[in-house]
Amino acid sequence: MAIEVFRIDDRLIHGQVVVGWAQPMELEFIVLVDDEVAASAWEQDLYRMGVPCEMRVFFESVESALTRLPEYQQMTQPGLLLTGDTVTMRQLVERGAEIPRVNIGGVHHRAERVPRLRYVFLTPEEEADLLAISARGVEVTAQDLPAATLVPLADVLSGHGE
Amino acid sequence: MSDGPRAIVAAHGNLAAGLVSAVACIAGDAAAARLLPLSNATLGGAELAEALRQAVLSAGAQVVFTDLPAGSCTIAARRVARDVPGLAVVCGANLPLLLSFAVASHKSAATLSEAVDKARAAMLVAGEAANGD
Repeated sequence: MAIEVFRIDDRLIHGQVVVGWAQPMELEFIVLVDDEVAASAWEQDLYRMGVPCEMRVFFESVESALTRLPEYQQMTQPGLLLTGDTVTMRQLVERGAEIPRVNIGGVHHRAERVPRLRYVFLTPEEEADLLAISARGVEVTAQDLPAATLVPLADVLSGHGE
Repeated sequence: MSDGPRAIVAAHGNLAAGLVSAVACIAGDAAAARLLPLSNATLGGAELAEALRQAVLSAGAQVVFTDLPAGSCTIAARRVARDVPGLAVVCGANLPLLLSFAVASHKSAATLSEAVDKARAAMLVAGEAANGD
């Protein structure tokens, strides 16, 4: 499978993704799944900026991602799929995308969120999304960087992951 | 805060505060007061853009200095610059650049470009590695 990391990160493409993950894992493409970004050329330019020129970035809505995921998973180079929230990843999983594991990479502080890890803050709805993904047999863990400790979802939700 | 143009320094971790602290050590508190540090720690993309927008508006900043081209601070700064006329975003900021900005009496777009050129020129490799061996 060409997509090696399926990541939830509310910063979308940023330093941890481009440097922290892409360089050590030698990732060659990013699939950014976000309906708003997929509909805006300006947003796409914003996220493409700063990505090394040798790295390809594909922008997809949930609908188009479901159609094109098999194509991405046939690619010979390793890549990373990115969503900005839990509900988008849940939609992909529940609508049949072949996703073996999900990485919670960064869901940051917001007033209605409860802190779970240093880089993971969740609302009850977001916790329900993650449990629904897990219930489909998908391994859900939190890990901000490849060298960091992998935290199982149960430990994330219990607040005992750190 | 001192007179003169103001800027936000937005960066990962404690880098912004560290850079502004270094400006204060070298050029004094008045120069450093032109620079407001902002960390992206614990903030999501939308929250970081809002924090940066508030900082720009409350300080009357004309420039946002950021650290990494693909970083969340640069993404947020470009979002804010879309809505704030005349706001410049300079990424890859280093100490020579911030010093040049902080001690200048006036900063137009042209002199900001000159400061960036000087900051680039301030990076060098010394010693045997400079020969590529």
